[in-house]
Amino acid sequence: MGNIVVFFVLLSLGYVVGRAAERNHFKSIRKRERRYRNILCFSERRPPPDLTLPVNTILVSGNVVIAVDYFKVVAAGLRSLIGGQVHAFETLMERARREAILRMKEEAKRHGAKLIINVKLETASITKGQRQQARCVEVFAYGSALVSAQEK
Amino acid sequence: MLISNIEIIPGKKIVKHLGMVQGNTVRTKHVGRDLMAGFKNIFGGELKGYTELLNDAREEATRRMTEQARAIGANAVLNVRFSTSSIAAGAAELFVYGTAVVLEP
Repeated sequence: MGNIVVFFVLLSLGYVVGRAAERNHFKSIRKRERRYRNILCFSERRPPPDLTLPVNTILVSGNVVIAVDYFKVVAAGLRSLIGGQVHAFETLMERARREAILRMKEEAKRHGAKLIINVKLETASITKGQRQQARCVEVFAYGSALVSAQEK
Repeated sequence: MLISNIEIIPGKKIVKHLGMVQGNTVRTKHVGRDLMAGFKNIFGGELKGYTELLNDAREEATRRMTEQARAIGANAVLNVRFSTSSIAAGAAELFVYGTAVVLEP
């Protein structure tokens, strides 16, 4: 009986707090994305042909580790019984990815860059296969920022 | 030492290829951080401790790679890739590799 009460308390805590946290996070992501809109990101390997030389190349990166809340774990567990799309985890991954890209852009801005090329995204679940352990996902974004050497 | 994940640096010429260099580190988290992470698993959200830990670990791996490149006389590492793998429960390996070259301005 006690177990069931604990389960429902955790479930509702995860639902209420987790959802509020996610909403705030998305709000903050959208705000910062607007701020860094002038920094362009490309997955293209080569620099654009109309690039004005000389430029400095700097490796910029951003990473974030996000934990799954209790409600999402339960929702995904139930979903795995019938299969299909797990919306709870999709938003989690989206948050992590956008946050990592934003942090990379923040670093690029510190160097005064307007352009990042060859952007790569890497996802890792760092605590795989552990029970009773934090379930979290890491997203790491990196790329080459091109900074015009003449402006400085 | 220039480190970049593109193969061609605009305005610079590669005069010598020196082969692949690499750096790695295996890190594990400590109990205090893990306890906090346990709480976070109820509410969700970012695990700042882990973010920092992995960031530091990547810097360390990059530093090792840079040392290796410097030892063989390179002044740049190009086409750098990062890779992460969880090798055992609670331990993650951060691996970074690239091509050591001599660049001429």
